[in-house]
Amino acid sequence: MDSVIKIIPLNAYIILSAVIFCIGIVGVLTRRNAIIIFMSVELMLNAVNLLLAAFSSYSGDANGQVFVFFIMAVAAAEVAVGLAIIVMMYRNTGSVDIDLLNKLKN
Amino acid sequence: MDKMFYFLAFLAILSALMVVLVKNPIHSILYLLVTFTSITGHYILFNAQFLAAVNFIVYMGAIMVLFLFVIMFLNLNGETEPQKSTLVKFAGVISGGLLLLVMVASFKKAVTIPLNTEVDTQIGLIKNLGMVLFKDYALPFELASVLFLVAMIGAVMLAKKDWK
Repeated sequence: MDSVIKIIPLNAYIILSAVIFCIGIVGVLTRRNAIIIFMSVELMLNAVNLLLAAFSSYSGDANGQVFVFFIMAVAAAEVAVGLAIIVMMYRNTGSVDIDLLNKLKN
Repeated sequence: MDKMFYFLAFLAILSALMVVLVKNPIHSILYLLVTFTSITGHYILFNAQFLAAVNFIVYMGAIMVLFLFVIMFLNLNGETEPQKSTLVKFAGVISGGLLLLVMVASFKKAVTIPLNTEVDTQIGLIKNLGMVLFKDYALPFELASVLFLVAMIGAVMLAKKDWK
């Protein structure tokens, strides 16, 4: 099987990752549900992972893929803690709406 | 092969858009699952088999189930979904679009890297990655286990009702 790295230029992956990353940013900015915001952060993380793996594959260097593996490990730990925080927030406020968390304002 | 790339890229972008656009959180998670599937497909396309397997197991297996579990646990649906005002939504889309514009414009100006046909396509196999991981990155690999322990204790501590 001929690999895609001989046919598709690296720029295509850069553009694809940039698009997915910006969709994640729009999700963080326009949603109020804390879980959806968290999912948008995961989307951004995945875009970065994809780009790092693409750079690694295109330059024939395995170190980049090891880094992607570590990012995935950190992301798994982060999701566990983050969802625990969201559940705690739901228990205290009865909602996952982040606009209710404005105690620092006044 | 290039048709496969364009199909997977289209699927990834479309489902990523749907994650942000749909109202119901459950549908949002299912679209995120499609996005992760297509990203796994991309990993397979450039022969990063280990990353594809890890992405499949960790993201689509563990993380998505965790998200789905919390959404169902908190009983969230489209009716209870809080909405931002139209002005804020508009501002968010504009700023995200501007960031994309700046990034794409700078990539257009950047030097294009020529396709290297000599490159080793076998680096993503488990055998080669395992050698790198356990020879050069043995200490970070062990430290990751400490991180998991901390995350586990932290999650239990946060989710416990009254810590007395």
